[in-house]
Amino acid sequence: MKPIKTPQEAAADIKDNSSIMIGGFMCCGHPFSIINAIIETGAKNLTLITNDAGYPDIGIGKLICQNRTKKLIVSHIGLNPVAGNKMNSKEMEVVLVPQGTLAERIRAKGAGLGGVLTPTGIGTEVETGKQKITVMEKDYLLETPIEADFALIQAAVCDKYGNCFINKSAKNFNLVMAMAAKTVIVEADKIVEPGEIDPEQITVPGVFITAIVQAKKEDTVQKVWN
Amino acid sequence: MTEREIKRTRIATRIANEFPDGALVNLGIGMPTLVANFLPKDKTILLQSENGFIGLGPKPEEKDEDRDLVNAGGNPVTMLPGGCFFDSVLSFSIIRGRHVDYTVLGALEVDEQGNLANYMIPGKMVPGMGGAMDLVVGAKTVVIAMEHLNKKGQCKILKKCSLPLTAKGEVDIIVTDMAFIRVTKKGLVLEEIAENTTVEEVLKNTEANLTVAGNLSKF
Repeated sequence: MKPIKTPQEAAADIKDNSSIMIGGFMCCGHPFSIINAIIETGAKNLTLITNDAGYPDIGIGKLICQNRTKKLIVSHIGLNPVAGNKMNSKEMEVVLVPQGTLAERIRAKGAGLGGVLTPTGIGTEVETGKQKITVMEKDYLLETPIEADFALIQAAVCDKYGNCFINKSAKNFNLVMAMAAKTVIVEADKIVEPGEIDPEQITVPGVFITAIVQAKKEDTVQKVWN
Repeated sequence: MTEREIKRTRIATRIANEFPDGALVNLGIGMPTLVANFLPKDKTILLQSENGFIGLGPKPEEKDEDRDLVNAGGNPVTMLPGGCFFDSVLSFSIIRGRHVDYTVLGALEVDEQGNLANYMIPGKMVPGMGGAMDLVVGAKTVVIAMEHLNKKGQCKILKKCSLPLTAKGEVDIIVTDMAFIRVTKKGLVLEEIAENTTVEEVLKNTEANLTVAGNLSKF
């Protein structure tokens, strides 16, 4: 059985200067209750690894706009103008990574690989400083693994062994990030007994999960789009 | 319709008619998304949403919105019968692994070598590449959907891109409100022009060199 924590207990373990992977994509599939608890605990100088910078006043966007983030490793920041301003003023370091490369670099860590070879980014600024390797007459970039102290993921249902069912397009980065961090916390809309989720429906095996958080009711229903 | 809507509709309609039955297509945010409204009813075209599914359907009524079913712009959508969900790793395996037949994206600049710039203007607009770099490298056919001229009236089809590239030499087709242009090893070929324009107008408004196809047609 995995420990069940409140959002505040989970956030209390996250200290200044931590690196954190946060699952979700444009506010779909984010662990909102834990993110809000981090805002309350005041952890700062965080490195966030996540798909996008979200919107300024929701979820991940708050960690950026409320000056908690020193470095953002991300594929897209276009809908959070504050993130763009902080990048241009050098107040926050932003590393832009192609979305597929971001997924594979995280997977490389989780799968015990030394990196991946991808054609994405060849001939662009993305190749700066990276090793180019030719395999069967085609050029690839060597992209190295990304790891983190914490991964915060979201699931619709989680059993007490940590097995997760992630709903529809909320899967996004939540599955792969569960493989790649030292401590993995899943925020679930619903926590059930082992056996209550059909094993055929399990998106993330419980072996990756360190602790479970019950999502706050308001975070399971909120509309996040404009 | 405003003049801009007429232009965008012309571009989207032409692109929608390009796909063969059974094609798997990824439509980018913005004008490319419009293409979905003009897909021919007699063909099955599957749309992929890079955040994690195939079978992208129209926007739902407000009462049917589902916070776990959104498109790559984060807006609520529906799934059509026969669709399926997956995570980002599998989604980009589909994209990079050449399983997507067509990707349709907007552009800031395109050039004679099929180079594309669409993800940043240094110091000004830096939204990031999102999934665009993977889509352009991985899709079998890369289609650019854009207005022929930018807001300042300057042509976006150049001899050489000046902005940071999204990908090198990957663009196959450029569709604007004036022209349907194919990128070939010998350069850009003007295959079709819009019905309200002339070859002279297109050539006058294009910085890049265009070869006019022998069997030029109108759309």
